[in-house]
Amino acid sequence: MRIGLDVGSTTLKCVVLDDNDRIIYKDYQRHFSQITEKTVHMLSDIREKFPDEKEVCLTISGSAGMGIADTLNIPFEQEVYATRVAVNKMIPGTDVVIELGGEDAKILFLTDGLEVRMNGSCAGGTGAFIDQMATLLNMEAGEMNEIAKNYDKIYTIASRCGVFAKSDVQPLLNQGAQKNDISASIFYAVVNQTIAGLAQGREIEGKVVYLGGPLTFLSELRKAFDNTLKLTGVAPENSLYFVAMGAALKKDNKSFDIDELIKKIEGYTATGGYASCKPLFTSKEEFDKFLDRHKKNSDHIKKVDTLTGHAFLGIDAGSTTVKAVVVDENANILCSRYLPNGGNPVPLIKEFLEDLYNQYPDIHIESSAVTGYGEEMIMNAFGVDYGIVETVAHFTAAKKFQPDVDFIIDIGGQDIKCFQIRNNAIDNIFLNEACSSGCGSFLQTFAGALGYGIEEFAKLGLFADKPVDLGSRCTVFMNSSVKQAQKDGASIENISAGLSISVVKNALYKVIRAASAKQLGEHIVVQGGTFLNNAVLRAFEQEIGHDVVRPEMAGIMGAYGCALYAMENSTGKSGVLDAEGLKNFTHEIKMTTCNGCNNHCKLTINIFDNGRRFVSGNRCDKPTSKKAEGPQYDLYTYKLHLLEEYRRSEIPKERARGTIGIPMGLNMYELLPFWYALFTRLGFNVVTSPNSSRSLYLSGQHTIPSDTVCFPAKLMHGHIEALLKENVDAIFYPCLSYNFDEGLGDNHYNCPVVAYYPEVLEANVKALRDVKFIYEYLGIHRRKDFTKKFHKVLEKYFGKMKFADVSMACNYAYEEYEKHMRLVRMEGRKYLRIAKREEKPVIVLAGRPYHLDPEINHGINKLICDLGAVVVTEDSVSDMADHVRTKVLNQWMYHSRMYAAAEYVADAGDPKLNLVQLVSFGCGVDAITTDEVRRILEEKGKIYTQIKIDEITNLGAVKIRLRSLFAATGQKSTK
Amino acid sequence: MKESTDNVMNENGAGCAVNLSDNMNSAQISGDRVEFTREMKKDYTILIPDMLPVHFKLLRNIFLQNGYKVGLLKNTGRRVVDTGLKYVHNDTCYPALLVIGQMISALQSGKYDVNKVALMITQTGGGCRASNYIHLLRKALVKAGLSQVPVISLNLSGLESNSGFKLTLEMLYQALIGLTYGDLFMLLKNQVRSYEVNKGDADELIAKWVKELSSQFRHRKGYTPKGMEKNMRAIVEDFNRIKIKKVPKTKVGVVGEIYVKYSSMANNDLENFLVDQDCEVMVPGVMGFMMFKIDNRIEDINLYGGSLAKKKVVQALMKYCEMLEGMLRDSVSKYSDFMPPSKYAHIKELITGVVGLGNKMGEGWLLTAEMLELAESGYENIICAQPFGCLPNHIVGKGMIRKVKEIYPQANIVPIDYDPGATKVNQENRIKLMLAVAREG
Repeated sequence: MRIGLDVGSTTLKCVVLDDNDRIIYKDYQRHFSQITEKTVHMLSDIREKFPDEKEVCLTISGSAGMGIADTLNIPFEQEVYATRVAVNKMIPGTDVVIELGGEDAKILFLTDGLEVRMNGSCAGGTGAFIDQMATLLNMEAGEMNEIAKNYDKIYTIASRCGVFAKSDVQPLLNQGAQKNDISASIFYAVVNQTIAGLAQGREIEGKVVYLGGPLTFLSELRKAFDNTLKLTGVAPENSLYFVAMGAALKKDNKSFDIDELIKKIEGYTATGGYASCKPLFTSKEEFDKFLDRHKKNSDHIKKVDTLTGHAFLGIDAGSTTVKAVVVDENANILCSRYLPNGGNPVPLIKEFLEDLYNQYPDIHIESSAVTGYGEEMIMNAFGVDYGIVETVAHFTAAKKFQPDVDFIIDIGGQDIKCFQIRNNAIDNIFLNEACSSGCGSFLQTFAGALGYGIEEFAKLGLFADKPVDLGSRCTVFMNSSVKQAQKDGASIENISAGLSISVVKNALYKVIRAASAKQLGEHIVVQGGTFLNNAVLRAFEQEIGHDVVRPEMAGIMGAYGCALYAMENSTGKSGVLDAEGLKNFTHEIKMTTCNGCNNHCKLTINIFDNGRRFVSGNRCDKPTSKKAEGPQYDLYTYKLHLLEEYRRSEIPKERARGTIGIPMGLNMYELLPFWYALFTRLGFNVVTSPNSSRSLYLSGQHTIPSDTVCFPAKLMHGHIEALLKENVDAIFYPCLSYNFDEGLGDNHYNCPVVAYYPEVLEANVKALRDVKFIYEYLGIHRRKDFTKKFHKVLEKYFGKMKFADVSMACNYAYEEYEKHMRLVRMEGRKYLRIAKREEKPVIVLAGRPYHLDPEINHGINKLICDLGAVVVTEDSVSDMADHVRTKVLNQWMYHSRMYAAAEYVADAGDPKLNLVQLVSFGCGVDAITTDEVRRILEEKGKIYTQIKIDEITNLGAVKIRLRSLFAATGQKSTK
Repeated sequence: MKESTDNVMNENGAGCAVNLSDNMNSAQISGDRVEFTREMKKDYTILIPDMLPVHFKLLRNIFLQNGYKVGLLKNTGRRVVDTGLKYVHNDTCYPALLVIGQMISALQSGKYDVNKVALMITQTGGGCRASNYIHLLRKALVKAGLSQVPVISLNLSGLESNSGFKLTLEMLYQALIGLTYGDLFMLLKNQVRSYEVNKGDADELIAKWVKELSSQFRHRKGYTPKGMEKNMRAIVEDFNRIKIKKVPKTKVGVVGEIYVKYSSMANNDLENFLVDQDCEVMVPGVMGFMMFKIDNRIEDINLYGGSLAKKKVVQALMKYCEMLEGMLRDSVSKYSDFMPPSKYAHIKELITGVVGLGNKMGEGWLLTAEMLELAESGYENIICAQPFGCLPNHIVGKGMIRKVKEIYPQANIVPIDYDPGATKVNQENRIKLMLAVAREG
C-alpha cells in the first residue's frame, strides 16, 4: 500500500494506492495551518480503514510539507514534478497542464521539451485571490461561480496582483455594477494572469488538463480558460489529487510501520524557530492601563440619546465600509453606524436614514456632507449638501480630539492614509500605493483563512509571547512569510500578533517611509477601523516609541469629520431627503458604453427617483456634462497631437524605397519625429503601430518573458504584433544605451529597459525573425559618429546608399527633433502664461515621454484638467530650471528632466504651481527618482505627490490624491 | 557632447588614476559630502561589505599593505535586512538594501567608533541603479544621524575623489591579481567540495593559502608573473591531492546579478543548499565580470565612436587581465584534471549574434553569455539569481531564457527572485523542481 500526502498551502490531500496503482482511498481537508494534527488525523483514518496494512510506503509532497519530510526523513517529491508523474500516468498524451492551487499557479508543458512554470514572488490569480475577491463580493467562491453563469459583460480587472484587482473591483461594486458581471470578470482576470505570468511566450495548445481546487470547483473559471485559449480543456476525475498521486507513485518509496510513523509525526515540532518581535503586552495590568489611557482621550465627546436643537449628518462611503453619524450642535453623537458596504452603499444609507427618521420623527437635519469612494453617488442619491475629500474630513475630525494634531494616520479596510499637518493646513499626504494596501481587509482575509473572525483573531495576539516578525511587505509576500512561519512552528497567537505588527510596519516603512518616530510628529492621531484593534494600536505605539491618541470612534472619524464640516458650513437648510422623500426613493442601474471617444468607457448609470442620476465608469466628463466649461490646457494632449503628424507618411509607392514600421511605445514617444524625418527624407515610408489599447496589449501578452517588468515595456509586445500584421519591409526599433545629452545631469543614459527592450522582443517574439527587424545599437548622442554608423546600418539592410544623402537626412532629423521639442516648450510657456493670467492652478505632470500614451496614463492628464488645472509636461519646463544639484547620480536623461522640473517648481515659489510625478509600477529607477524629486520639492516647502500607474484603470484613488493636493495647496495659499 | 573625462570602468569597477571615460559629464554632485582626508587615513578604519569571503579577504590584505586600515563587515541576519528596509527606499534593489543595511547596522552596533570609521562602496557610472548605491548610502547615513561618516567611492571613473584615498594603478593591478587568486580558489573548491571524502578539506586548504598569500603580499611578493605561476601551480596541486570520491552529482551553474549571485546573505546560502541537495555547483568568476566592464569601454567606442587613444589605454588594461586569465587557465589544465574556466574571449564569441555587445548595463550580455557557457560546458541546469525587479535582468536574464533554450534545448533554467519578502521555502521549492527535472535525465 502506498500513500501520497500533499501538504498544500491551505489544504491537505492524501491518496492511497493499491499494488496496481489504483486509488483505494482519498481524502481532502483544509488544514487551517494545523498541519501536524491534521496529518496525524488523516493517517489514523487510513490506519482504521485498512487495519491489515501495517507496512506502508509514504511520500510527502507540497510546499508546506517540506519541513516535516526533511526532519522526519520521509521521502519528498517536489509537487510540480509529482503532478507531472501523475498526469503522464493517468492522462497520457497531455500537452499542457494548468494547475491552480491555494497560493500557487502552475503551467506544465509536457511535450516538445519539458517546461515548468510556477508563479514567482509576485502572485495573483490563485485560489487565495479568488477567495479574497469572493469575500469582497460577500459570497462564497461557489456562489460566484453560479452567478457568473449569466453575465452580460466583462470588465477589465488588473490581473497582476490581488491587491490591484481589488482596487478595480471595489469601485465597480461601489458604482453599482452587477455582481454576475464582476464575478465573470474576476475569472477572466485569473486567466489573463495565468497566461501573462506563466506562459511567457509559449503557446498553450493541444491537449490541456485542468487541475487543482479552483479549476475543479469552478466551472466558469474553466470556461474562461477554454474561451481564452480557444480549446476545450480536460477536467479529469480526481483532479484535486494529482499531486498526492504523483507522490504515491514515487519510485524509490521507503516503507514505514504506519503506527510508528503516526507517532513520529505526532512528536514532530517544527525545528528552527523564527524571527520574532517584542510581545505586545506582557501582563493584564499593562493591557488595562493601556485601555484606560485611550478611553480618557475621548471623554469629552459624549453619546446622547435625545436631540435638542439641530442635527448634522456625516457619511463616509468608504471602499469596504460605510460609516454614518449624526451629531448635535455640541458635536456629541446622536447615532452612528459602521457597516461593510457589501458592494453597494446606497441601500445601507437608505436604511440608516429610515431608522433615524423612525427613531427621531422630529429630527431636522440642518446640513450634511459625504466623503469617500461613494461620495458622488451618495450626493446624488440622497441630496447630500457637501462632498468633501477624505483628507479634509479626517483632519476636521482629528482636531476635535487633539487640537495640536500634527500627524494623522488612518488605516482603513483597503487604504492607509496619512496626513502631515503644518501651520494648521494639510502639508503632506501619504496614501498607500496599490501594492502595499494590505491593511485592514488583509487581516480580515487572513483571519478567515485560518478559520477565525477578525476581532477574535486580532485578540489572540495580545498576549502572544513571541510575535512572528513578518517584516514590511505587500500582502502577497506576506502570505508566503506566514507559510514559512507556520512551517517553523509559530503558534496562531504569534502569527496574529505578527500580522498586526506587520500592518503597522507597512504603514510606517512602505507608505510613510519614516526613519524615526520624531519624523512623524509630536501629536499623532490614529484612526480608521483597523486601529480599533488593540493589537494594531499597541504595535503602532511600540514601533514609533511613544503614545498616540486613538479616539473611541476611530472607525467613523471620516463620517464624524463630515458632520463637523457640515456644521461649520451649514446654511440652515439641507437638501438631504427627508422621511417623505425616502419613501419615494428608487434606484435603478443601467449599463451602457460611451461612444464619446476612443476610450469607449463602460458606463454604469444610476437613476434615482425624481430624475437624479449618477454616471460612473467614465474617464472624462464628456458623458456627464453637456458642455465643457471653457477651454482646457493640457500639454499631454498637445504633444500627442504633434506626434500625429508623424504617424504615417505617404510617398507614392513607385517612388518609395520601402516602408519602415515603428512600434509606437517607450522612447518612440519622443524620438518619432527624429526617425520619421530621417527615413522619409531618404525616401522610405513610415508606418507606426496603432494607438495602444487593451486588446492590443492582450494580443502581445503571451510573449512577455518577465511579468514584473513595467507596463509600458509590456505594451511593446502588442505593438510589435500589430506591426507584424502591416505589410512593412522592416521594423525599426534600435537599442539606445544613451539618449541625447541635454546637459541636465551627470550622464544621459536611457534606463536599461528603454535601452535594450528591442533585444527582449527579438528573443521572444518568434515572428520577428521572419521579417527585417532592425534593432542595432545606435548612438544618437554623437551626431557625427551616428551619421557614419547609420549609413552602414542602412546599407546592411537596404543595399548601397549615398553617404551624402544619409548625412543630409540625419541633419534634417536632428533639426526636426529640435523643432519638435521647441514647439513643446513654446506651447508649455503659453499655458503657463495663460494660467497666470486666469489664476488657474498648474500641475507639472512629470513622467517620461511614453506616459503620453492614454493607455498608460489612463487619462490622468484629463482628470487634472477636469479639476480645473492646467497641465504641462516635465520636458516643457526642464530647460527653465536653474542649475540642478541632485544628491543622487543624475544619470538618466528622462529622469534628469524630472529633477529639473522639480527644481523649477520648487524655485518658482508659486503656490498655484505644483508637480505630480507619474511612476510606472515596477520602474526600478523610480525608487531613486521619487525620493529625490520629493527632496527637491520638500526642501522648498512644496507638496510632493506621486501617482503610481500600471494596468489599473480606476481613477478613484488618483482623484482623491489630486483633490487632496488641491485642498492642501488651496489652504496653503490662503494662509 | 562633452567628453571631458573618460573612465575605464563603470559599474562595480575599482578606481583608477588614469582618466579614461564614458561620456560622463563632469561630476556635478560634489555638494556637501564628507571627504575622506589624509588625516583620516592615519587612524580611521574603512569598512567594506563582504560579497565574496575569500576574494574580499585578499582585497582587504592588499589595502592593508597599501596603508589603509580596512575591516570586512561580517554582520548578517534579519537585523541587516530590517535596517536596510528602514533606511533605504523599499523598492530599491535588494543588494543596495543589504549592503546599506549591513553598514548602518554595523555602525549602530556599538562595535565601532563612529567618529573614526569610514565606509567604502563601489561606484559605478553605468545605466543601472547600482551607480546610485553610494548616494543612497549617504542619504541613509543622514537619516540615521551618522552624516559625519565619510563614504569613499571605489571607482574607475574619476567620479569622486578623496585626498585620503587614491587607487593607484599599482593597487589596481594588485587588486586584479587578488581577484584572480580568489577566482582560482572558488573554481577549485566548487569542483572538489561535493566529492570530498573528508568534509571541509577544501575550506581548510583555502584558509591556509589565504594566510600564505597575505603574508606574501605583506612582503610584496606573489604579484610577479613568476611568483604567481608558482603559487597557482602549488594551489592547484594542493587541491588535486584532496581525497575525493567521484559519484554522479547534478551539475548546477549559478548566474545572475553579481551581488545576489555571490553573497550568501543575499541568496539565502544558495551554494550550501545546492551541495546539500547533492549537486556540484559552478559559479563563474569575478574576473569575467571585470573584463566585461573593461571591454565595454572598447565596445562603446566601436559602436558609437570615440577617441582611439583612450581605446588604447583600455586595451592595455584588457591585455593585462587576459594575461592573468591565461595564467589561471594554464595552471589548472597543466597540473590537474579540473576543468579550467572558459576564456573571456570565448564567452564573448558565444554571445555574438545572441545579444548585442552594446548591452552593457548591469551584467549586460555577460549574464546571458554565462548561461550559454555553462550549458556548453555541461552545467546545463542553471539558476538565474536576481534581485526582485532587477532592471537589466528583465532583459538579459528572464528575457533571454527562451533564446538560450533554442540554442541549448537541454538547458534547464530557473530564475529565482531574491528580496526581503521572498521566503526561502518558496525559493527552495522552485530549485527543487528544477533539480527534479534535471534528474529525470
